[in-house]
Amino acid sequence: MDITRRRLLILLPAAAVAWKFVQAGTPEAAPNYKLTEHWWAMLVDIPKCIGCGSCVRACSEENDVPEGYFRTWIERYHLSDWKIERPEVESPDGGKQGFPPNEISAGKDFFVPKLCNHCADSPCTQVCPVGATFVTPDGVVLVDKSYCLGCRYCVQACPYGCRFINPKTNTAEKCSLCYHRITKGLTTACCEVCPTGARQLADLKNPKDPIHEFLKTHTVQVLKPHMATGAKVFYNGMDGSVR
Amino acid sequence: MFKDTEHLIRLAAVMVIALVAFVLLRAAVVPHSFGQYGHYRGDAIAEAAARPIAHAGHEVCEACHTDVADQKKLGKHVVVACEACHGAQAKHADDPASIKPSKLDTAVLCARCHEANSAKPKGFPQVVTADHAGGLACDTCHQPHRPRIEETGDAKAKPATEAKK
Repeated sequence: MDITRRRLLILLPAAAVAWKFVQAGTPEAAPNYKLTEHWWAMLVDIPKCIGCGSCVRACSEENDVPEGYFRTWIERYHLSDWKIERPEVESPDGGKQGFPPNEISAGKDFFVPKLCNHCADSPCTQVCPVGATFVTPDGVVLVDKSYCLGCRYCVQACPYGCRFINPKTNTAEKCSLCYHRITKGLTTACCEVCPTGARQLADLKNPKDPIHEFLKTHTVQVLKPHMATGAKVFYNGMDGSVR
Repeated sequence: MFKDTEHLIRLAAVMVIALVAFVLLRAAVVPHSFGQYGHYRGDAIAEAAARPIAHAGHEVCEACHTDVADQKKLGKHVVVACEACHGAQAKHADDPASIKPSKLDTAVLCARCHEANSAKPKGFPQVVTADHAGGLACDTCHQPHRPRIEETGDAKAKPATEAKK
């Protein structure tokens, strides 16, 4: 086929359209989801947590988390009256099957659900030598499994102990804030099943999200604020002893 | 003119070949979406979003099980999502005819939330199941979707140790 001027003029726009698709890469899973219109966070209301372990079980099932590893877990704190600075913390099987009754009852007891804090300035992404972990434009820290070398730098860097190496894939793994759900307009698996509403997914870029009113009217903290990680899991009613 | 210009040309040729090889190799090895949003593979975002879900969400359940949804609205368990007890049911929602949820054991499920524990919030209804039920299954008296006994009216007697809340 000879490329005449006429044919070239017809072919060029078609090639331009095709090139656009090449550049765009794989199409978005959720076509109406705009990366720049969200900034995800989570609210954990400690006085509401009953330590039932529903979140841990739901997370394991939703994300196929290997047995004995946790993307989210629940800790039970026990504070004796005179040892407020030295809490006794336990998390049997991550709190997956709930907690047995406390042996010592004197003092203060409460549950603290933990998960990745999806830090805006996350230490784990800063240390990754290959760019396998990153903060998405909508504020979720993800791991690119196909790019991760399994060097474990990020596991050491996370001040909250939220990462582990998946023994099957030998790559870093962590809470993805159920990215496959939130981009489809659903809430995370843990928030979905929490029977008391102790966990709530929040979108800080959505002005209608109830998080804004909550943050204004409650005393809310993040874990280890002195690390300046820009943590986005907000804890309401958190005791000062929580690490 | 310089005496051994040929040497310089050869050197330049080697460098040009090395440069071309580097550029071609880099283009072949680095994924095309790397750097799209930052120092990572941009496609990884879409890949993370494309994974299938396991929990259908209570809105999906309620679309078919309207009778249960109406029952729940009358009791305190209205705030408890279906999959908190029934487990992940997205597969059942996709194919309700062939994939059926398994039967649940109330003795385990109810106790997970309602077994007395000093770390639970004081206002949350809690019982010591051994004293409260004496080995009976919870659903002997309580209907899990609407657990208060007076409301359902189908229970014989209200146990004396029933936690009031």
